[in-house]
Amino acid sequence: MGMDAQTERREAAASQPAGGDVPPAIELRGICKAFGPVQANKDIDIRVERGTIHGIIGENGAGKSTLMSILYGFYRADAGEILIGGRPTVIPDSQAAIRAGIGMVFQHFKLVENFTVLENVVLGAEEGRLLRPSLAKARRLLADLAREYELNVDPDAVISELSVGHQQRVEILKALYRQADILILDEPTGVLTPAEADHLFRILDGLRREGKTIILITHKLREIMRVTDRVSVMRRGEMVATLTTAETGPPELAELMVGRKVLLRVDKTPATPGRQVLRVEDLRMTDSKGVERIKGISLDVRAGEILGIAGVAGNGQSELLEVLAGLAPGRGRAWIGQEELDLTCRISDGQTRRQSQVAHVPEDRQRRGLIMDFFAWENMALGYHHDPAYNRGPLMMDNRAILRDAGEKMERFDVRPPNPHLTAESFSGGNQQKLVLAREIERSPELLLVGQPTRGVDIGAIEFIHQRLIALRDAGKAILLVSVELDEIMSLSDRIAVMFDGRIMGERMGGQTDERELGLMMAGMSGEAL
Amino acid sequence: MATRRLPNWADVVFVPLLSILIAFAISGFVIWAVGHDPVQAMQIMVRGALGSTYGWGFTLYYATNFVFTGLAVAVAFQARLFNIGGEGQALLGGLGVALVCLYIPWPHWSMALVAAMLGAALFGAAWASVPGYLQARRGSHIVITTIMFNFIAAALLNWALVTRLRPTGSMDPSSPRFPAETRLPRMHEMLEVFGIPFSRATPANITVLVALLACVLVWFLLWRTRLGYQIRAFGHSEPAAVYAGISPVRITMYVMLISGALAGLMAINSVLGAQERLVMNAVEGAGFIGIAVALMGRSHPFGVLLAALLFGFLYQGGGELAFELSIPRELVVVIQALVILFTGALDNLVRMPVQAVWARFGRGRG
Repeated sequence: MGMDAQTERREAAASQPAGGDVPPAIELRGICKAFGPVQANKDIDIRVERGTIHGIIGENGAGKSTLMSILYGFYRADAGEILIGGRPTVIPDSQAAIRAGIGMVFQHFKLVENFTVLENVVLGAEEGRLLRPSLAKARRLLADLAREYELNVDPDAVISELSVGHQQRVEILKALYRQADILILDEPTGVLTPAEADHLFRILDGLRREGKTIILITHKLREIMRVTDRVSVMRRGEMVATLTTAETGPPELAELMVGRKVLLRVDKTPATPGRQVLRVEDLRMTDSKGVERIKGISLDVRAGEILGIAGVAGNGQSELLEVLAGLAPGRGRAWIGQEELDLTCRISDGQTRRQSQVAHVPEDRQRRGLIMDFFAWENMALGYHHDPAYNRGPLMMDNRAILRDAGEKMERFDVRPPNPHLTAESFSGGNQQKLVLAREIERSPELLLVGQPTRGVDIGAIEFIHQRLIALRDAGKAILLVSVELDEIMSLSDRIAVMFDGRIMGERMGGQTDERELGLMMAGMSGEAL
Repeated sequence: MATRRLPNWADVVFVPLLSILIAFAISGFVIWAVGHDPVQAMQIMVRGALGSTYGWGFTLYYATNFVFTGLAVAVAFQARLFNIGGEGQALLGGLGVALVCLYIPWPHWSMALVAAMLGAALFGAAWASVPGYLQARRGSHIVITTIMFNFIAAALLNWALVTRLRPTGSMDPSSPRFPAETRLPRMHEMLEVFGIPFSRATPANITVLVALLACVLVWFLLWRTRLGYQIRAFGHSEPAAVYAGISPVRITMYVMLISGALAGLMAINSVLGAQERLVMNAVEGAGFIGIAVALMGRSHPFGVLLAALLFGFLYQGGGELAFELSIPRELVVVIQALVILFTGALDNLVRMPVQAVWARFGRGRG
């Protein structure tokens, strides 16, 4: 299938008009947008040819989302022109964008959870006062679309019962139902299994064949290479290049994104696992709604190794971290070295775990890992506020000592700007993550629990964060890494365990597996059967 | 990319000031609409509240009440707890003061003051601890429970006054007068020492200083102690607090105890300092004004101090206005309500446009 797509793409590129005859589906000329003193888009020019898949790639904060928000009518550009199909078009709101034939599939779906697929598709596009005719029409159309593009979804299923992949299809159907000719997808694969992502790309291929134009926003180079015809790279609000995908490669794209050469692979020596640091036996966890999230997990992590937990988001990995970090009650047994951990949360919490030399970089740094309104230096004491070095006497905190320590740690972790007097909120995603990592890693814990260390983090910072994790491993510490980015799991982990539906489907040594095998386990196949 | 933050001075001074001006403008319109001259009304209010030591005395007396109830709400706000029960906690504080002063003989007012403070704080804290516990352990919403506890407190006080504290034969549901030894120094007595003349007819007393001290202590608690750090962390983000091993149950309990104690301390000013006995309506709605004071003071002790002064001014000036202009008393309440509305509830009405203007014109474009 890979080969086919490749040749197909070449043909598509070749069959494009040399210019002039057919106006591009979208042309943006000189788009500028500033938020206060921040120039989010600087003089952006871009042509998206009809019937192509056009990738837009760039780091967080490069201005991709702003640009698409302008196109979809959420923001108004300060300057510049939008041409749809060669005609200058003003898009004051999303209704106008829909009328102009633009459909958007957001990263966070905008679906009514307790409505059926059909009701969601029709929502906002009802015709007349009675619902029934619209629903009937939608049902017919959905059947057609399903046949044409492999977009099969049960029209009567309730959204909350659908998998994430299917929910995304509903979003695409919504756009198509509104007769979108141009489809914008914002980071569409973040929540999908590799197989689901494949399916999505097949759908996009089909749509392209029918002459639809697709804009794919992503930060994953692999996807750009895989499906797009052309790719535009954004950096710091500017459009730095537009290239034909077949004529470029990941190293060049990464360099354009970051503005310097980037190591895409992590340099690391083979692990030298030592004694067992963490041992978990038959761990189970039931959430507050009574749903069993973890259904009996046993694993161990040794000193000087990284155990990666792969899996699609929502299969119990987050809960595993929470239970081990003492934030949610679980059942079963766990040991750090010789010391047994209390998993019930009755006599243990984040504090007792820290005393047991367990540090935790939580998945959601903005909700858990940091207090966004606190200064960077105040955040440096979060969880370590009982540390005698941070205190003066039994009641008072030694703010000056915390400030000094924070400044030093921020320096060592290259947090930019290295100013501890800024609130956590004012740092970029990558620098927020560095703040959390600096706080946790500098304590040199025996076990580090890490969740999604590079989610929403720019490439330059990813490189740095990966190096720090490897360095901690090489210092003889144990690391339990949870990530939904398979690339990250594969490049960092010495051992990989795959979670599906609260269970571990199988374990592989880091170098001895591939994406296909892990993908099958992520979709629920037992590792022993493979 | 979100709306840029305002600089501190604009956040704590400029926006509230603008809100007050709008509230006054609308109040002026209302006064004009009922047939009076708004400029004259304003003059009466300013003269009545600040134009004499008599006016100042009352303004400070009211402000002192509002500092305590405002701090009580502010401390709870810092932990994202909405303690509406200041009224009831202050009532109970009054009961504590009365018991301490009536049943224990004190040789000197300073000892009575310390003991009464303990009694007031203890009773206020105890009254707040029940809703606090229900919130922490049972998840019963604190807004609901503290409101209900206000009614229970009023009924309890009623019962205590009528059946227990009222001197036999008295028709008045209030406690006997406290012994003369417990009498706190009044403002004019304190200023006499420095040779400054001050009206003798005002209830302002040494509690003013206690209120100032309370502001400093609350500030110290919140920004210099470990408990304060945990309170603020919990208030800003409960998930992050749990992550840090800060127990929501414990913090909720601590905060409600502190908040209740502060509300209870208000009774020092009104019950011990002014009335010198426990009467039925000792709190006079100060518990609720405290909410507005804390909102306007942005839950910061010094903001609370300034806001309390403003509301003290409104109370005293408003009273004079009703007296001099035959403006119905209700209209004065309308003016106070407008200030509360604009500084508390409609804060964003002013803040958002100011923020937008700041984002556009503030600082040179980068």
